Amino acid sequence: MAKITLSGLAHSYLPAPKSDEDFALKELNHVWDDGQAYALLGSSGCGKSTLLNIISGLLIPSQGRVLFNDRDVTEAPTAERNIAQVFQFPVVYDTMTVRQNLAFPLQNRGANAKYVAERVNQIAQMIGMEAELDRKARGLTADAKQKISLGRGMVREDVNALLFDEPLTVIDPHMKWQLRTQLKELHHEFGHTMIYVTHDQTEALTFADKVVVMSEGRVVQIGTPQDLFERPEHTFVGYFIGSPGMNLIPADVRGSRAIVAGSEVALGRSYGEPDGKVELGVRPEFVRFAPEGEGLSARIKRVEDVGRHKIVRLEFGEHDINAVMSEEEDLPSGSAFIRFDPVGINIYSNDWRVQPQGGQVQ
Amino acid sequence: MNKTVNQKAWFLVLPVLVLVAFSAVIPLMTVVNYSVQDTFGNNVFFPAGLEWFRDTLQSDRMWASLGRQIMFSAIILAIEVPLGIFVALNMPKKGAWVSVCLVLMSLPLLIPWNVVGTIWQIFGRVDIGLFGYLMAQLGIDYNYTQDALDAWFTLVIMDVWHWTSLVALLAYAGLQSIPDAYYQAAKIDQASRWKVFRYIELPKMQGVLLIAILLRFMDSFMIYTEPFVVTGGGPGSATNFLSIDLVKVALGQMDLGPAAAYSIMYFLVVLLISWVFYTVMTNIDKRGGA
Repeated sequence: MAKITLSGLAHSYLPAPKSDEDFALKELNHVWDDGQAYALLGSSGCGKSTLLNIISGLLIPSQGRVLFNDRDVTEAPTAERNIAQVFQFPVVYDTMTVRQNLAFPLQNRGANAKYVAERVNQIAQMIGMEAELDRKARGLTADAKQKISLGRGMVREDVNALLFDEPLTVIDPHMKWQLRTQLKELHHEFGHTMIYVTHDQTEALTFADKVVVMSEGRVVQIGTPQDLFERPEHTFVGYFIGSPGMNLIPADVRGSRAIVAGSEVALGRSYGEPDGKVELGVRPEFVRFAPEGEGLSARIKRVEDVGRHKIVRLEFGEHDINAVMSEEEDLPSGSAFIRFDPVGINIYSNDWRVQPQGGQVQ
Repeated sequence: MNKTVNQKAWFLVLPVLVLVAFSAVIPLMTVVNYSVQDTFGNNVFFPAGLEWFRDTLQSDRMWASLGRQIMFSAIILAIEVPLGIFVALNMPKKGAWVSVCLVLMSLPLLIPWNVVGTIWQIFGRVDIGLFGYLMAQLGIDYNYTQDALDAWFTLVIMDVWHWTSLVALLAYAGLQSIPDAYYQAAKIDQASRWKVFRYIELPKMQGVLLIAILLRFMDSFMIYTEPFVVTGGGPGSATNFLSIDLVKVALGQMDLGPAAAYSIMYFLVVLLISWVFYTVMTNIDKRGGA
């Protein structure tokens, strides 16, 4: 178990990177606290696997250092780092039985036979494969194989960190949920530092204490699921997380007022006069209907009932806006008046969130 | 579901039947025809029953050739398969050198058999051959035309030079298909180099190695041209392999009946051993999957 420090870390796959564009992973400073569960969330090609491979030692970064506790392991080979990693696709030793597969990492480290047998049984129970222990891994289904991979990752108790690279891609949906819950329980039980790479926000938000959102090689926000929901630091976080994502509307911001599509909106707080590309961001959950004649005039295009709530697709000026309404809410038809709850309003300048100045303004 | 009865469909199979008939069945039947008849010339034949088969089975010469043949194939497989795997493991995985290696390794495979024979026939000669001359200069008594061991040595080296590439290329293809994640997982599991080979590389190469072994077995078991050019079966009958012996019976002595019986048995032996190989190796596969 270890605290992992990334200091000035950056990586480029090119031999002589020139511009920022050449970096698959842009400069990053971060400390992964010991015993926390993190999720690395981002779309494909955002650099999350690069970051994971740097931590596991499969890749040596072009700049910066990686520290496990206080030991510099930037150049240390994977075997020395004492980490476990589970890959996107199942990696099993085909010719071995399930039992031998699970025992392999322990035996290679010279653990005694009694301990290995005990630990393997314990892990088999956890992944629900006790019945298949003596079968060859070769003939098993993809999700059974992936369970073996997970099991092999967890079999060592003394690992510095457990890394998961989209491990549930090939698993059935119901099994996914079950395994994720087990991983979480395991985390509570053993307190390993866990880093879980995924592009699935549900997976990230349910698994992790803290979510690290990445976009185009940059870490755009590190925060609790609640932070990401309420105060996205970057427009990417706004629309990547949430279903549907945050509404972003170009705005002209003057202090605590904004002009959007010709109408004035109260922001609740003062933002000064941000320059560059200024946008107002509001999550669908904070869009409300206003009494006739008040607020902003919009038109309802479509209503989607997803069971728990309704998603209302609105046309506001030339922008599309989504709103999430409870099942009980009565919806006007055709034209409607909407307002934005000031609590849920964020202002972005060139995609980054503008800190409000001072406290609440009426 | 009701099946439509349409006997015209048989016509669709006809081209294949004709093709197989002309390529395999008819030539084989002519051999069968010879094997059960005797002739005193003038194209007059008498039925001879199974006499030729009996004769061939009692011929010491045939048994000696078969023994040499099995020995040769065994040596070839024992050298070429491990060597081919070793070469494949040491070939670069990516970069410009990959194509260089591939081209260099394919070259011997592209040379016609009799040319290979001629190359080694000259290469090994003590008077003008580079290899033979070098051996003589080193004071090693090497002469493949006089010494049986030297003749064997030359033939084995020649076959290894000619065909190891095939095993290496097949094994290389097998290795290339292993995803990087396997090697990464092995590093994380602290598997030794040997264990990586034993538990990742070898199982993943199993399919292509089966093909390589089968091909090399069949080819070496039926080898004719190269030893014919290099040693002609000599010195004495030291390198008289089955096919060389067979040609001596058929064309040297013009014993068509015995030669035909010989051919059929030769064919059946190749068929049988290939079948055994295949069954054994695919069973290993199945047992794993059970």
